[in-house]
Amino acid sequence: MSWSQCLPLLVVASSLLPGIVIFFLPEERRSWRTTLNLSGALGKIVLVALMLWGVFQGERFVVRYSLLPNVEFRLHADPLSLLFVTLSATLWLLTTIYAIGYLEGSPNRSRFFGFFSLCVAATTGIAVAGNLLTFLIFYELLTLATYPLVVHRGTTQSLSAGRIYLAYTLAGSAALLLGVVWLSSFVGTPEFIEGGYLDEVDPRHQGSLVRIFALMILGVGVKAAIVPLHGWLPSAMVAPAPVSALLHAVAVVKAGAFGVVRIVYDVFGVEFCSTLGVTEPLAMAAAVTIVYGSIRALYQDDLKRRLAFSTVSQVSYIILGTAVLGPLATLGGIVHLVHQGVMKITLFFCAGNLAEALGVHRVSELNGVGRRMPWTMAAFTVGALGMIGVPPTAGFISKWYLAMGASAAEEPWYILVLVVSSVLNACYFLPIVYAAWFKQPAGPWPVDQRAGRLETKLSLLVPTIATALLVVGFGLLASVWFSPLGWASLIVEREYQR
Amino acid sequence: MTTAQFYALCGVVLFAIGFHGVVTRAHQLRKLLSVNVMGSGVFLVLVALASRATGGHPDPVPHAMVLTGIVVAISATAVALSLVRRVHEGDAGEAPGDDAREAGP
Amino acid sequence: MSASGAWMVSLVLAPLLAASIALVVGRRSGPYAALAAAAAIVCSLAGLIGQLERHGAAASAVGGWGSPLGIQLHADGLSVLMLLMSALVGVGVTAYAWGYFGLARRRDEPFNAAASRARESFWPLWLFAWGGLHALFLSGDIFNLYVALELLTLSAVGLIGLANQRTASFAALRYLLASLVGSLFYLLGVALLYGEYAVLDCQRLLELVQGTRATTCALALMTLGLMLKTALFPLHFWLPLAHGNSPAPVSALLSSLVVTACFYAILRLWCTVFANAGTPGAGMLLALLGAAAIVYGSLQAICQQRLKMLIAYSTVAQVGYLFLGFAFLGRSASAVLAWQGVVYYALSHACAKGAMFLAAGSIMRSAGHDQLEGLAGIGKQLPVSVFAFGLAGMSLMGLPPSGGFVGKWLLLRAALEAGLWWVAVTILAGGLLAAGYTFPLLERALANRAEPWVARRVPRGMELASLVLALCAVALGLVAAQPLELLEIGAPFQPLASQEANP
Repeated sequence: MSWSQCLPLLVVASSLLPGIVIFFLPEERRSWRTTLNLSGALGKIVLVALMLWGVFQGERFVVRYSLLPNVEFRLHADPLSLLFVTLSATLWLLTTIYAIGYLEGSPNRSRFFGFFSLCVAATTGIAVAGNLLTFLIFYELLTLATYPLVVHRGTTQSLSAGRIYLAYTLAGSAALLLGVVWLSSFVGTPEFIEGGYLDEVDPRHQGSLVRIFALMILGVGVKAAIVPLHGWLPSAMVAPAPVSALLHAVAVVKAGAFGVVRIVYDVFGVEFCSTLGVTEPLAMAAAVTIVYGSIRALYQDDLKRRLAFSTVSQVSYIILGTAVLGPLATLGGIVHLVHQGVMKITLFFCAGNLAEALGVHRVSELNGVGRRMPWTMAAFTVGALGMIGVPPTAGFISKWYLAMGASAAEEPWYILVLVVSSVLNACYFLPIVYAAWFKQPAGPWPVDQRAGRLETKLSLLVPTIATALLVVGFGLLASVWFSPLGWASLIVEREYQR
Repeated sequence: MTTAQFYALCGVVLFAIGFHGVVTRAHQLRKLLSVNVMGSGVFLVLVALASRATGGHPDPVPHAMVLTGIVVAISATAVALSLVRRVHEGDAGEAPGDDAREAGP
Repeated sequence: MSASGAWMVSLVLAPLLAASIALVVGRRSGPYAALAAAAAIVCSLAGLIGQLERHGAAASAVGGWGSPLGIQLHADGLSVLMLLMSALVGVGVTAYAWGYFGLARRRDEPFNAAASRARESFWPLWLFAWGGLHALFLSGDIFNLYVALELLTLSAVGLIGLANQRTASFAALRYLLASLVGSLFYLLGVALLYGEYAVLDCQRLLELVQGTRATTCALALMTLGLMLKTALFPLHFWLPLAHGNSPAPVSALLSSLVVTACFYAILRLWCTVFANAGTPGAGMLLALLGAAAIVYGSLQAICQQRLKMLIAYSTVAQVGYLFLGFAFLGRSASAVLAWQGVVYYALSHACAKGAMFLAAGSIMRSAGHDQLEGLAGIGKQLPVSVFAFGLAGMSLMGLPPSGGFVGKWLLLRAALEAGLWWVAVTILAGGLLAAGYTFPLLERALANRAEPWVARRVPRGMELASLVLALCAVALGLVAAQPLELLEIGAPFQPLASQEANP
């Protein structure tokens, strides 16, 4: 095995090792911690770039290790894993910069950044997992690594949010474990293969396979926050803003959605799924989630809760795209994995900036905030327009392909769902944008922290603007081969080649 | 019924009586005595078994087992008695009920 | 004597010899005697494993005197894995006790006769228990098994009594009585078996034993006696008090090694001696009790206010997992898988539970109490111990990557292959319940604390010992292939599995 074969392992280690070292750093070694964090994040991006190049050349990176007789721990890099890894590596770098600025001066930073890195290591592991068992291992690690982040503030409220989070995710993991073990009693634990590997199983077992599918989707659906498994997500909003960004855009929710994609495409195979008749219920669940999340978001006054319900709704676009048969819908779903990530992280960064600089947490307090924090609110506006699906943002691209896919699959209902959801998105985002830019401020802000001439700290502003630029960039440059859309079409080509 | 069978039966009865005592008696000392009665029952069964050997000589193995058993029973009883004393006399060293303090320094 | 025989004898004798030295010389020789014994044990075990890997299962009659009058030693994969467990946990606890029972009294501390006596008595008692454990794991006949069990019990009682409070004395007494009753049940079973077959050697018995009435009776008596010693629900009444009130290293030893050793005796009986007499019905009953233990023990643990009582009840629950394996009696293919799972679970539980009790001991030392309510913010004081506790909890919950996960994975595979759905559901539910009693402490560790700490210093070695044991529990999940290969030596579960084939 040459060193380049180890790349998937190195990519996991690039955030795992700094994480472990950071745990042992004393609280006051700030520069050490920052150096470790940033070098880990940058190193990861370099490694990911190497892998991207290799995979684009058709190379396949595999790391394997025998965990039990006939059971392998396996990491590999295929286009789908690279899509996710690139997303999480890029956003992790930005979130790290943001978190360093955001948490400056607050207690327990070594603990925070330690678990923060472990969390990204687990996400990377999920992305490059080569079979279901490996996926499960990292999926559980992610649960454990995010728990201390969710309860980071240590208040009664955040502890109870942590309890809810654990109750949901651990129960989900149990369902996933049962599904994986059950499946392995039929086929062992083979690697993920584009197009799936279950269509060769004896047709007599189809009833069991349907149940296994249900169990697994239940398991990953908890993290993907499919209604009614979404209860943990809004309550986890008590966590600090970088954690919310991580939960919603980089790691947890994404891991769930990614799991759905893996299970549908690379375990069962999408054609076999529709033979089993499981895609219809999944698409229905996604449709219900999309509409339900948007409606709930309308009634939230707390900005982060509104964003949370918006996430519930938006992540299910990915699942809808996955569940509707046909390359166009798949393309829409997979590309939304990336697009939703950049758009939502922008919005959470903005919410964090508002809370940090002005102490503003509620939608009703946002009147006139655009004049005080123009850069932040400009980024917020871009993110919100993306969510609504206004061209030329990234959100438009996803929705366009999803709608095309739905019409190609002759499922006009789903187009209706998309339209309704977009209208609702506009209803809960546009008033914020309007109030921020055009209304008069009601009075002085609860706190007002300027950083020199800037509206807030530079380390908070740069990631926010960077992600906002990505939202527009991914929309404008969608037709270029190295855009998320270009890469997603490479994946779709492989999934449907059988 | 041979003598050996009679002994064995007596042993089983003793065992049962002792067990009854352990379960029903509340006082720790009585429980301890009942355990000893149980032990005697088992030893009686073993001794009875020894006589079954062919060739006129008793089988030495059960005897060895009984001897070992008696040694174990005596030492266990001694430990138990000292514990019973400790429970009933209160503590030798630290104040009772102070759960926080452990034996270590 | 063969090489493997010599290693086996040294495994038993080294701790006994060290114990005698510590007892006779007294004063401060204990820790050093233990260190020497630990080194000898590790070397002998490595030697024994090397021999077994080359030549397969080994038997040896000590001094040329075999069963029934002499001492017959026997080692196969199962014994070796148990020895490995005892070596891992034993070394960890010895290192911890080094700090816990400190070599010398600190200056700021008033002289305390009881504490200094405990400091001296711990070492010989622990070394006798260690020797008893090894004698038990290597016993080749059922009477020696009894003697080893008694040696183990008596030293364990002494260890519980070390705490020298009324609660501890009472707990020790109750444990002693329960355990004596169990031993006598076992001994009566031995008498019945000897009366029937005139043989004590396990391997010979395996060939001879038939399903006669006396045999069934003996099996029932012996199993019942050992169930009492293993604290299988509903015979667990003595356990929480005894394990929850002893000094931390003692609790760790009792919960991780002593309980597992008693389970080993049951497993040995059912696997070799009674392989042809145990019925699936009886096995199912044991498994059902195990399932009940998981549910009951976990719920009790969740309700506890004191950390150590919580961990003690968790042991009641975890013992239940070990008995789930009996549900697979007579199902040839899945049975071997299930037993592998059970043994692996026992191994990782021992490490995890040891780490948990040791961490709890450090927490108790630092905070001065173990009431969960008062432990908010402990994570800042003792991050290493809390981390160790969390890792151990991860193994108990069966989350990957950990030894507990491998055990559960194998058991789940077996359950699904055999179609035993209730077993699968119990395993998963038990994992969730384990989260229910692990996270209360972790939650408090991460919580903010209003009032300042008055924390006592905890020796670094104590914290590290618990962390290393917890890491062992996790590492067992990464290197599972090798131990499982070791377990194959001598095919300890073959008789059980082949039972179906030739009834």
